[in-house]
Amino acid sequence: MPARLSLQRAPSVLPGFGPTLGFTLVYLSLIVLIPLAALVLRPVELGFAGFVAAVTEPRVLAALRLSFGASLIAAAINAVFGLIVAWVLVRYRFPGKRLIDALVDLPFALPTAVAGVALTALYAPNGWIGGLLQPLGIEVAFTPLGVVVALVFIGLPFVVRTVQPVLQDIEREVEEAAASLGASRLQTMGRVILPAILPALLTGYALALARAVGEYGSVIFIAGNMPMVSEIAPLLIVIKLEQYDYAGAAAVGVAMLIIAFAMLLVLNVLQRWKHAR
Amino acid sequence: MPADVAAAGPADAPVPTRVSPSAIEEPGWVRLLLIGTGLGFIVLFLVLPLVSVFAEAFRHGVAAYLEELHSEDTLAAIRLTLLVAAIAVPCNLVFGVAAAWAIAKFEFPGKSLLITFVDLPFSVSPVVAGLIYVLIFGAHGWLGPWLMEHDVQIIFAVPGIVLATIFVTFPFIARELIPLMQEQGTEEEEAAISLGASGWQTFWRVTLPNVKWALLYGVLLCNARAMGEFGAVSVVSGHIRGMTNTMPLQVEILYNEYNFIGAFAVASLLALLALVTLVLKSLLEWRYGHELAATRR
Repeated sequence: MPARLSLQRAPSVLPGFGPTLGFTLVYLSLIVLIPLAALVLRPVELGFAGFVAAVTEPRVLAALRLSFGASLIAAAINAVFGLIVAWVLVRYRFPGKRLIDALVDLPFALPTAVAGVALTALYAPNGWIGGLLQPLGIEVAFTPLGVVVALVFIGLPFVVRTVQPVLQDIEREVEEAAASLGASRLQTMGRVILPAILPALLTGYALALARAVGEYGSVIFIAGNMPMVSEIAPLLIVIKLEQYDYAGAAAVGVAMLIIAFAMLLVLNVLQRWKHAR
Repeated sequence: MPADVAAAGPADAPVPTRVSPSAIEEPGWVRLLLIGTGLGFIVLFLVLPLVSVFAEAFRHGVAAYLEELHSEDTLAAIRLTLLVAAIAVPCNLVFGVAAAWAIAKFEFPGKSLLITFVDLPFSVSPVVAGLIYVLIFGAHGWLGPWLMEHDVQIIFAVPGIVLATIFVTFPFIARELIPLMQEQGTEEEEAAISLGASGWQTFWRVTLPNVKWALLYGVLLCNARAMGEFGAVSVVSGHIRGMTNTMPLQVEILYNEYNFIGAFAVASLLALLALVTLVLKSLLEWRYGHELAATRR
């Protein structure tokens, strides 16, 4: 009898499965699934050739290139500095550590429009940081560099928050073992710690990347939004909507989804391949 | 490896029993360098933007700041933001509880697919979140002509703003509750039922007390995002002053009119909301961490 029980669970005595699952499915379909289906189906009216023509317009291509290029760079910056922040928060003690730890989540909590105007004020030629960079000939606000800065801001918590718990779980005994076998600290870092946190680091990178690609609020203020130069793909969707080009807007949206999906797939495969070795 | 040099470094480092400290600790200067780099990055990208919001808002003094906040359009924006959050958060709260009950307390095929779908809105660009409702309810959308005939306005009106907000905050409460309720299992509820409690009694007296802090945590994050959402709302709002402008949209409008004091005054209110959210969230993590889902501890 016990063996049979473990194979085939007895029906639950708890009530409410039907209504709660039913409500969940209806709500999910109405709010999320049906509207998303509208997005995917809308470009169909353009036909395949029309869809390709809509997403290979020079202006659309430039916007997609900027959105994905800036996101890849920003996520890479976050991977490096996010790893350092996570390491410092887990391994070292210093005054104000708890405050810093709580502050890491600020980009999750701060509305993106507020981040956008604040970063623009900082990096404008007359701003605190922009004023320092101007004599050096570096312009951040209203250039593609500004896009990267905004995307670093909003992607910052992802890497820290995925790497932090993994670092916490690494047992110090493993490092001691490596050391007692004669590994230098640098070797232990590279051969023991880094491989252990690499999957989490990749996940954090992917999350930051995915968030950055779709980001709108924090970017449009600092970007300057010049067509072909500093115009991001989500902004192009808004512009097309304002011109009542619904199918064109949906086509850009679908193109973004496809590219984002392909990039995440590559990262996933990379992670599996790393695991398999 | 000069063990004696590194050993003289950090005095507070725990001394391992067999291995010399240099082998499992970084030298003092490396620690300082890493702490300096990490803190520098945080100050540059988090602290300075936050400080600059308040510095810009109070650039011309407190009186100018307060005057901007008292403008009629700004007050209307604040009211609309509160209204939208007051509708969107309870909707997602009911959904989150129902979804968590079905997913965590019962076994059924397709469960992991359902969880993936619940998380889906997090991986959709906010602009696309607004776009999808325009594609359905907009003037040239699926239901647009029918709605026009019956004089129902969803896009460029409050219902559209509420829908877009519900979409972007969709997973917040469910994703706090599902892992926690899965961890907790069904034994306590089954005991209550077998002792004669009704389903509702079991929920109110057993399940809810077990998840109350996680529920609050989810509501907190959901509310912060609902009040602060910009991209999705901006697509469906139409930016009609005093009518369909939420606080983040009001920041944009004032900023584009070069009314920087006004823009940063509204922004400072939103920044304050973010700070309060962070403080409450940290308090929940420190005091009730063991009652939150494992991922939050």
